[in-house]
Order: sequence, then C-alpha cells, then structure tokens
Amino acid sequence: MENNSKTYWGTVLGLLTKILIIWFAVSFGAGILFAPALNSISLGGYPLGFWFAHQGSIYIFIALIFYYAKKMGDIDRQFDVHEE
Amino acid sequence: MDLQTITYLVVGASFALYIGIAIWARAGSTSEFYAAGGSVHPITNGMATAADWMSAASFISMAGLIANMGYGGGLFLMGWTGGYVLLAMLLAPYLRKFGKFTVPQFIGDRFYSQTASTVAVICLLTASLTYIIGQMTGVGVAFSRFLGVSSETGIYIGMAIVFMYAVFGGMKGITYTQVAQYVVLISAYLVPAIFISLQLTGNPLPQLGLGSDISGTDTTLLQKLDLVVKDLGFDQYTTAMPGSMLNMFMYTLSLMIGTAGLPHVIMRFFTVPTVKDARSSAGWALVFIALLYTTAPAIAAMAKLNLHATVNQAVGLETTAAGNLVVNPEKVAANADLYAAENSLQYEQRPEWMKRWEKTGLLKFEDKNGDGRIQYYNDKTKNADVAAKAEAAGWKGNELTVNADIIVMANPEIALLPNWVIALVAAGGLAAALSTAAGLLMAISSAVSHDLVKGVFNPNISDKNELLAGKISMAVAIVIAGYLGLNPPGFAAGTVALAFGIAASSLFPAIMMGIFSKKMNREGAIAGMLSGLFITLFYVFAHKGIFFIKGTEFTDLIGGPNSFFGITPEAFGAVGAIVNFIVAFVVDKVTKEPPEHIQHMVESVRIPRGSKLVDGAH
Repeated sequence: MENNSKTYWGTVLGLLTKILIIWFAVSFGAGILFAPALNSISLGGYPLGFWFAHQGSIYIFIALIFYYAKKMGDIDRQFDVHEE
Repeated sequence: MDLQTITYLVVGASFALYIGIAIWARAGSTSEFYAAGGSVHPITNGMATAADWMSAASFISMAGLIANMGYGGGLFLMGWTGGYVLLAMLLAPYLRKFGKFTVPQFIGDRFYSQTASTVAVICLLTASLTYIIGQMTGVGVAFSRFLGVSSETGIYIGMAIVFMYAVFGGMKGITYTQVAQYVVLISAYLVPAIFISLQLTGNPLPQLGLGSDISGTDTTLLQKLDLVVKDLGFDQYTTAMPGSMLNMFMYTLSLMIGTAGLPHVIMRFFTVPTVKDARSSAGWALVFIALLYTTAPAIAAMAKLNLHATVNQAVGLETTAAGNLVVNPEKVAANADLYAAENSLQYEQRPEWMKRWEKTGLLKFEDKNGDGRIQYYNDKTKNADVAAKAEAAGWKGNELTVNADIIVMANPEIALLPNWVIALVAAGGLAAALSTAAGLLMAISSAVSHDLVKGVFNPNISDKNELLAGKISMAVAIVIAGYLGLNPPGFAAGTVALAFGIAASSLFPAIMMGIFSKKMNREGAIAGMLSGLFITLFYVFAHKGIFFIKGTEFTDLIGGPNSFFGITPEAFGAVGAIVNFIVAFVVDKVTKEPPEHIQHMVESVRIPRGSKLVDGAH
C-alpha cells in the first residue's frame, strides 16, 4: 500500500500516455499516415490500411477503454484511493 | 397490408413506447431532472449515450457519405469513435468525481470565475443550438420521406413527442427513452445490413462480409468494387481520399476532440453512481456505437456495388423475376465490358424502388444520349482511357444522380426486404433524430436553468423552483429548436461542422487543462477559450460567410480557400484547440497562479475516493 498523491498521479499519467500512443498509432498511424503502405498487405479480403480506417481502429478503441478502466481500478486499489 | 399502413403502425408503436416511458419516468427533483438521480447503471448509460450520440446524420447520411468518399470516409468512422477514448480517459471520470450537474459549472468553479462559466455557457449554447437545427430538419425529413406527411407536420409531431418525455422526465425520462430508441435504431440499421451481406457474400455479419469473397467466386467484394468504380472513372474505392493526407489527419482529430468536448455527451456521465462506472460506461457507449459504426462501411460498399450492378448488367448481379438481386458468379468473374451498349439498364425496365425514389427527387435520370438506357459513370474523370471508352460507346455524360441518403433509406427496398423492415428503418431514423435532439435540449435547458438562473441571477432559488425553471427552459428550448427546424437559417449544412469546431476549440481544452494542469489559472483559461473560439469562427466564417450569411465570405483576406496548409474549415477545430492550449499556457505564465483551495480541489478531483452523488450546490 502506497499513499502518495504525486506517485499516484504519475502512475495514472504513465498509463494514459501508453494508451494514447496506441490510440494514435492505430488511427492516425495505421489508418491514415501508413495506410497506403499497409494496403499492400491483406487481412482476409481487406487491404490492411483500409481495414484500420474502416473497422480496426474502432475495435481497438473499445479494447483500450476497457483496458484503461481495469488498469485504473488496479491503480486505485494499489494507492488506496478507490471508492468504498 | 400496404407499406404506408405498416409504417404508421410501427412508427406509432415506437412513439407509444416512448410516451409510456415518459409517464413512468417523471422527474420529481432537480437531481432527477439534471442527472437522472445519479443512479443509472453504466451499461444502461452506455446505451443511452449511444442513442444520444448517433444522430439523424449518423443513421441516414453517414453510410451514403462513405459510399461516395470510399476510404476517406474513414475519417468519420475514426473521428466519431476515437473521441470516446479521450472522453473516457481525460474527462468523464474526473467530471463525475467533481460531482456537479453541468459543464459550465465545472469550468466556473475550477477557474473561480463567473466570467469563465458564462463563456462556457455561450460556447455550449452555440454548439448545441447549431447541432439541434440539423436534428429537427432530420425529423422533418424522416417524416416526409417515410410517412408522406409534410416536413412541417413532421417537426410538430416530433416536438410534441420530445416535449412529453423531456419536460416532465428531464434527464431521467430522456435516459430511459434513449435506451428504447437505441434498440429501435440499431435493429433498423442491422436487419437490412445482414440481409444485404447475406445476398452478396453469404456471410451474415456485415463486418466480415465486407472483407469476404462475393458468393461463389474467388473475387473479394472490395476488389470487384474497386475494379468497377475505377473502370467507370471514379476513384478507387479502397484508397480514395478527399483532399490531402494532412487534411484527413486534422479532420479526424477535430472530430475526435469535438466529440469529447460536446456537452450533451459529457453530461450523460453525470448520471452514473461512481467514478468507476463513468470509466466503464464510456467503453459500453462505444460498444453500442461501434455496432452501427462498423456496419456503416459495409452498407456503404455493398449498396454502392448493388447500385452499379442495378444499372450495369456487366457487374455480374442479376435481377430475378421477382426483382431480387442475385449474384451470378460466372458473370462476376468474367468482368465483362461495362461499356457494351446492352449492359446499361434500359430506363423502362428500371426496378420499382428507383421509380419510388425518383418521385422524391433524390434520384434523377436524364437521358443525355437519347438511347433510353441509364449510363452511370464519372464524366469528369481525368483518366483518359475512361474518357475514350465512354466516347467510343457514345456516352454523352453521366445520366444518373443519386442523393447520398438513398444508400440507407432505400437499402431495404433495393434488397427487396419485406415491408416491415422498410417501416422499421423509418422508425429507426426517427429514433436517431429524436434521441439526439432530446440530449441536446437537456444540455441547453440545464445551462439556462442551472448555470444562468441559479448560478447568476438567483443563487438562493429553492430546489422546487429550480426544477420548475428547468422545465420551463426545456419547453422554451423545444419551441426555439422547432422554430429553427421549420425555418432553417439557410446554413443547416454547415452547422454540424461548426458545433464540432466550437466544442473542440473552446470546451475540450478548458476542461482538460482544468483537470491536468493544477496551476492553470482563470486568466489563462478564459484567454484560451476565447482565442480558440475566435480563430475557429474566423476561419469557418471566412469560407462560409459571417454567421453563414451568403455573400459575406472573406476567403481573399486569408489568402484563398483552405489557405491554412490546405485544411478545410470542417477540419479546423483541432487547430483552434492547439491555439487555445498555447494561448492559455502563455497567459498563465505571466499572471498569478490559482488560489490554494483551487489547487486542492484539482487534487481531490484526480482521485476517485470520496465520490458522491452529483448535486447542484454552487
């Protein structure tokens, strides 16, 4: 059990940074900037870049939010700031 | 039973359901009126948020837009979903912990300033009012197209329905009707999509069908579509992009930030019991939204292929005697000549649905070369091969104009689905428009009764009187929204972009800095909001006219259209947000830091412990 609001906030920001990097990578990265390059790879009948823009990033967004919610629950308990 | 009768029955039943819920969910206190008593289950709230979020435009127009734009349409898909990641992680849980009814109240308290709160109220009212015009016209459009009544009558009926559950039920009534509306709208969207996916690919899941082979062939649906549209002079479907890559990037970013900053979405998260629930509820909201948003691109591509196949036999789908489209595998694989004269559909043999939609003016045929057949291609193509082929075939220009909205609205008819499905789509379109309108009205009326009446004019107002004030402002807001829907100020098309631009450039940065920067002070926040708002309005007005008045555009002044790195006004919100952040930090550096108790407040907002039900105390 740690109880230090600075470390708590630092841990939270660390988690947010990690998630935002993935958020950016799948949508702006794979879905836009690198889409032309990724289109030469195919996923089923989808060109990969097109898939990220029209399908993939949305699925990953959902996963990211639930991952965030779970991780935040863990961090809250670790620092003993969770709701009763 | 004929189509008209079934449509009246299905739409009538859905309205009866909404009114039933309204009677059951009356609001008896301000807490119920503003935040549904703070006791909504996170999954329920997620579903209500999805209905709140998905507007008439998402339901009726988005798939059609994607069909026209191809790959580039992904900016709507990513932009309108990616914002939920930002909302879930950066705003919702902290605002829930703060525990008050409205967004302006957070901004006012956090920046210890009535001025900041008033600026936020103005941003909120502008964003929500511009957005609601689109919803009201959407209600009118849905009524007139599906029920054959005038769009004015449609808007009056829509106002009356919303009035019943929004005025008496407030957030509580709205939440539970939105849940019902979500169920109606998602079924209406998925049923035709499943049928069309089965017909073309044999796969019942549209999300997988889009990436599958066309039934009985080893050609994928997207390959075939690319081939057909390219041969007809359109941009290749899977790579087509409007404008530059930078513009697509900024457009997507603006929609994401705008989504996270729209007050009517944010305030939905005040209705869940705990901070933990606010986090997961955003995830559930996105699950329910994604059901529609991952189906839309499948409908777009499939309906586009269907449309081309209907007017050109060489694509390889055949119309059966019953009028049904079926795949002819040999023909699909043969890639026959699209320009052969006999492959263009004879106008006299066009299917029933085309005749029906011709009457609405959404579908138009003009026989430019007088051969009695429909030629549908891109006559403005820069591809010399295509132009030569068209010329050789005696084509004298594109003869078919198709309104983008048809892609969703005529979809069940194109696939020859039973009448009840067509009726369901009508009810779905209305549910989408009504649920979003109600959410916006809630944001407007709470800003007026809570932030202005209680916050500014009469802080000592009793709970009972504030509830009454809330109901009165709701009623007034409905009348104003109805008026604007009946007399759209001639700029309805530009308004949604404006709403997102305002939310992205003013509200999102202010809330985010309020949580993530303990030292951000009153002066910085106000200067940031005003400059972000100003620069965005300036750029939008330069293109679309001052307050969208025709003839007052001033693009010359900023060096021509899209002069800022080729960014369109719709994509400018993100630039406004960046300006907001920079100005706020610069002003913050040269003015004195916020008082001690504000910094403590920020610290307490950051941790979940001690969360309580939202209340209205100022």
